[in-house]
Amino acid sequence: MSSAPVHAPASNDVIATIRDKALWIRRRSFQMVYEAQLGHPGGDFSAADILATLFFGVLRYDPERPDDPGRDRFVMSKGHCTGAFYSVLAAAGFFSESELSTYMQPLSRLNGHPNRNYLAGVETNTGPLGHGLPVATGIAIAGQIDAAGFRTFVLTGDGELQEGSNWEAALTAGHRRLENLTLIIDRNRLQQGARTEETASLDPLDDKWRAFGWQVEVVDGHDHAQLLEVLSASPRGRGRPLCVIANTFKGKGVSFMHDNVAWHHGVPNKEQYEQAMAELV
Amino acid sequence: MSAAVSVESGFFDCRDSFASTIEALAAADERIVTVVSDSVGSSKLNGFRSKFPERMVNVGIAEQTLVAVGAGLANGGKVPFVSAASCFITGRALEQVKADIVYTNVNVKLIGQSSGVAYGELGPTHHSIEDMAWLRLLNNLTLIVPADPWQTEHAIRAAAAIDGPVFVRVSRMPVPALEHAGAFEVGKAEVLFEGDDAAIIANGTMVHRALAAAKSLAGEGIRARVVNMATVNPLDEAAILSAARTGAIVTVEEHSVRGGLGGAVAEVVTAHDPVPMRIMGFPGFLPTGSAEWLMEHFGLTAAAIADAVRQTISRKR
Repeated sequence: MSSAPVHAPASNDVIATIRDKALWIRRRSFQMVYEAQLGHPGGDFSAADILATLFFGVLRYDPERPDDPGRDRFVMSKGHCTGAFYSVLAAAGFFSESELSTYMQPLSRLNGHPNRNYLAGVETNTGPLGHGLPVATGIAIAGQIDAAGFRTFVLTGDGELQEGSNWEAALTAGHRRLENLTLIIDRNRLQQGARTEETASLDPLDDKWRAFGWQVEVVDGHDHAQLLEVLSASPRGRGRPLCVIANTFKGKGVSFMHDNVAWHHGVPNKEQYEQAMAELV
Repeated sequence: MSAAVSVESGFFDCRDSFASTIEALAAADERIVTVVSDSVGSSKLNGFRSKFPERMVNVGIAEQTLVAVGAGLANGGKVPFVSAASCFITGRALEQVKADIVYTNVNVKLIGQSSGVAYGELGPTHHSIEDMAWLRLLNNLTLIVPADPWQTEHAIRAAAAIDGPVFVRVSRMPVPALEHAGAFEVGKAEVLFEGDDAAIIANGTMVHRALAAAKSLAGEGIRARVVNMATVNPLDEAAILSAARTGAIVTVEEHSVRGGLGGAVAEVVTAHDPVPMRIMGFPGFLPTGSAEWLMEHFGLTAAAIADAVRQTISRKR
């Protein structure tokens, strides 16, 4: 077990570990994108702090026993952000860090979108948007039927919420009062081509989830202490699924990428790569 | 045989066979759950709900979530039987079937109910005559189209025993109980009538019509083999190549003539020694009419099948 005890107060050590891992995820994923000249680095950076907090402060898992029925589940619905996702899985011990250098190379297990038949730690194959929450809802229902102790977490983008399948699942999860289910929305306000609010607006997003029967918490998605507190709180007795709206910035951590839609799937040249790595310290 | 309910004398609704079989399986295996989209009655699952209320998940009218929740339940250790009208579970949720079930390779059983033109008068939105084509492209999905209540029972039992994704296409069209040659085996076609002058390869509700055609042809001295190709994926290529050695093949399916059973057979035949073929089915979007009328109108009758056999034999090289 590589995680911290779920209900322990956030110690400075845990926060320090999460901070170190988040920085490492940003640096390693950007190297992957630079080497592959493919990827989605803007979303990797908006999600990096959320992923680091989950895998090094919240989730209970054992990379040696990835199919343990009692494990907490994490579903990466924004499956295009494999730079960050593969980096955190490697950091957590699911496979060797050296394999990250094969990212998107021919025959690599590190496909552009994750495949559970290749990699331990992947719960379901994603890539098309709007798939993670409905599958996570099914996992949580299995836990509810069995009164099992595991929790299910799912990370979506925000533009992804324009897919109607999310709202089908939101109805079902709310109806069944799936308190063992936590949705985290990476609310960076940018989708592939423009701002979400200029495309198909989502606000007031918190009210939408409340109306579907969810508890809603809004946090700074780059503040590890806030993320840790809200994600590690016991779900028992909540009686509702939890939606955490994590306000983030696409490209967070690198000045020229910050909140810049061009970095949704932009890839760096050598100069940009070196500047970013100089800033990511 | 399971306790199928007689629709009219000697004819059965295969959904009854599905329902009694899933109840029996669930009594023996507590991992089995059913997942429905307000499709309890149309799936004949009222009995299951009464017996195992906590093991039925009804997501409401939401087929994408229906299929995805099935995938999630399998991740959580359940053996889900996801049951809804075949037209919606495929057409509406095809990406979930592809990505969440088959590409992820989870242990989920999809039950496509009232397939084909069973909803005749309701029109092409409710016909499911594209499903075999869509589904057989997903190469690790076991796809079974049973022909009668006995085969439906054994297809459901086989689905439960397979550790992986399975789709069973269940009809509500009344069909007679057939005389089977032996035990049901996934991936193995069965020869229900022997013959070497031609071969009729059929599945589902078309098998008994093919048999009637073969019996009438036998009266005029033409021996047409009837092959029940219940499993479309994986395909019994040996049975198809054996059928090709008769020199003439007619395929019959309650499905579009494009991309379904006929297409699958043609792919195998053309890769070896091509023989004259005739693919019988529906041409595309259909006019209104009862299921029985549609089958008559589009030539899915014993008489029309017999005609097709005679014509295909005349094209033998």
